[in-house]
Amino acid sequence: MSENEKKPLLKVEHLKQYFPVSQGFHKIPLKAVDDISFEIMPGETLGLVGESGCGKTTVGRTILRLYEPTAGRIAFEDQVLFDSGELYDEEGNQILDEKGRPKKGRRVEVNMLPYRKKMQMVFQDPYSSLDPRMTVEEIVGEPLDTHHLYKNKKERREKVLSLLETVGLNAEHAMRYAHEFSGGQRQRIGIARALAVNPSFIVCDEAVSALDVSIQAQVLNMFEDLQDKLGIAYLFIAHDLLVVQHISDRIAVMYLGHMMEIADADELMNHPIHPYTLSLLSAIPIPDPETARHSHRIILEGDVPSPLHMPTGCPFRTRCKYATEKCAMERPPLTDRGNGHKCACWNR
Amino acid sequence: MSEENNLLLEVDNLHTSFFTDAGEVKAVNGVTFNLEKGKTLGIVGESGSGKSVTAYSIMQILAETGRVVEGEIRYKGEDITKWDEKKLSKYRGEKVSIIFQDPMTSLNPVFTIGYQLKEAILLHTNKNKDEAWKRAVEMLTLVGVNEPESRMKQYPFELSGGMRQRVMIAMALCCEPDILIADEPTTALDVTIQAQILELMQDLQKKLGMAIIMVTHDLGVIASMCDEIIVMYGGRVCERGTADDIFYHPAHEYTKGLLRSIPTTENMNERLVPIGGTPINLLNMPKGCAFCPRCENAMKICLEEVPEEYQVGEHHRASCWMNVMDLYESEEAKA
Repeated sequence: MSENEKKPLLKVEHLKQYFPVSQGFHKIPLKAVDDISFEIMPGETLGLVGESGCGKTTVGRTILRLYEPTAGRIAFEDQVLFDSGELYDEEGNQILDEKGRPKKGRRVEVNMLPYRKKMQMVFQDPYSSLDPRMTVEEIVGEPLDTHHLYKNKKERREKVLSLLETVGLNAEHAMRYAHEFSGGQRQRIGIARALAVNPSFIVCDEAVSALDVSIQAQVLNMFEDLQDKLGIAYLFIAHDLLVVQHISDRIAVMYLGHMMEIADADELMNHPIHPYTLSLLSAIPIPDPETARHSHRIILEGDVPSPLHMPTGCPFRTRCKYATEKCAMERPPLTDRGNGHKCACWNR
Repeated sequence: MSEENNLLLEVDNLHTSFFTDAGEVKAVNGVTFNLEKGKTLGIVGESGSGKSVTAYSIMQILAETGRVVEGEIRYKGEDITKWDEKKLSKYRGEKVSIIFQDPMTSLNPVFTIGYQLKEAILLHTNKNKDEAWKRAVEMLTLVGVNEPESRMKQYPFELSGGMRQRVMIAMALCCEPDILIADEPTTALDVTIQAQILELMQDLQKKLGMAIIMVTHDLGVIASMCDEIIVMYGGRVCERGTADDIFYHPAHEYTKGLLRSIPTTENMNERLVPIGGTPINLLNMPKGCAFCPRCENAMKICLEEVPEEYQVGEHHRASCWMNVMDLYESEEAKA
């Protein structure tokens, strides 16, 4: 199959997610995700990194329509799951009518139930994402019930056991409750539950962040094995860059609800373009004393601005040393810098 | 004699246990280390390795069920485990301070930043309220909080995570302690903020000359800032040495496994080598080496006897039977 024939599994265009926040008598929008577009190929892992509050978790949840998107278009396997109807021209600018209002097309909202079979999620906290009153068999079997994926009880049990085996647990674990397991094992149960419906896409929201380093490696390897075996695509959301670069084919960097840079994992780690990516990479504590001694950290001044009072233009300009007047006036578009390496910056 | 004067803290064969309904949980089983003036000691380990309990034992802030059952903690030659509460409350905050992992929960939400900072100063010094206020502003300036005067009147929820951790550091340092214990100080923070806080701690150490005990699970954090590193597992010290010893010549099987299992920029396209098994259950400790149920190279002796510490390099010691084997072999080869 040539490159052109390959179709993206998931296509997200101009996705926006605003949450109304009360401020005194007024409600103002908190722009958690503001105009984000990306694609995920079948069997690919896209890593999504950024600081807390940058909207990476919101992206994951909005794609699965756990939140109703404010605007944008989400397509999965050629089927449009959500389309708010805004129209964009080829350069990505919104098309306006004569009166300057956004031109609207048809709004699409699809019933998600059939697609829950194809899109699943693994949550961050293995302690609160499993029901303490259910046995492992009930937890892993629940998605099978919802989607009627078995004929009789025997088949259901067989399916559950084979799922547990896939994630490295065994039959004796099936009768136990979640609290009897360690963090790593619980995360495996969460993964087995996601795999139960045989999905082709999983959102992993900080799936290994709560685990110890030695256990983290076990779970990371398992994610990779499952991908090799079942061809699942991941959206791997994490704040740990070393973990993300290890598992991802491509990495997207977010800041304050905006996409700053997206590129192949190697390319992004070795040749970052955006000043934010540069400082993010230099801030990683490297577990190697020699490199750590000689590396130069780019220390960012100050904190992330509040998403309620977003800076005009480029969201990063308040902490950026390259910032110019243009950055305050206009938001830089995400432009291609060759080989699919895209970056949103006026100056670099 | 100069060496002895530099010695601030000696932890000698520390055993700390928690007495729960399920039985005695031996969280720390014989930890020994010394800390000198102005030095940084790193303690790494997974959750349940006893690193935080060691730190809390030094502060004597264990939960009610917890108790130091054996060993001594000597601060400038005096065993603090024998001190009464009055003496300890002078020691805490004035001589040794601690900053906790979670800056969200370790500040009191119903009092202003200024009130909480002043409280520590008024408790430990003879300053009056105005002087304490001035000192608090001075400390906030020192830790790089912008507009310290107006911050003093704010409540913790009005500050970001990084700012709160700075306030915690200011509070810990306002009485100029000899030792600062940092228990996972940056785990709850973002990488860019983590870099700021680590930089700040190193700066302050240069300025104020306190010793730091850095407790963390993140090997990356300690690689750059520690003079000595202790690796803990199952309440025991597996290995100790300089950063170079630990990272380039690990001698304990656990340290080796740990280093193999972390993703780095070099092994990004390779498969990680995880440590098999699950973390140990402290209620049910193995008889021999704590790590042996998960160790690939475990031998018969590992099951039965706890290995002693052996010298591997100049400052480098490890408690692993594999090293004893190596020693035997090299001696045999000599003979």
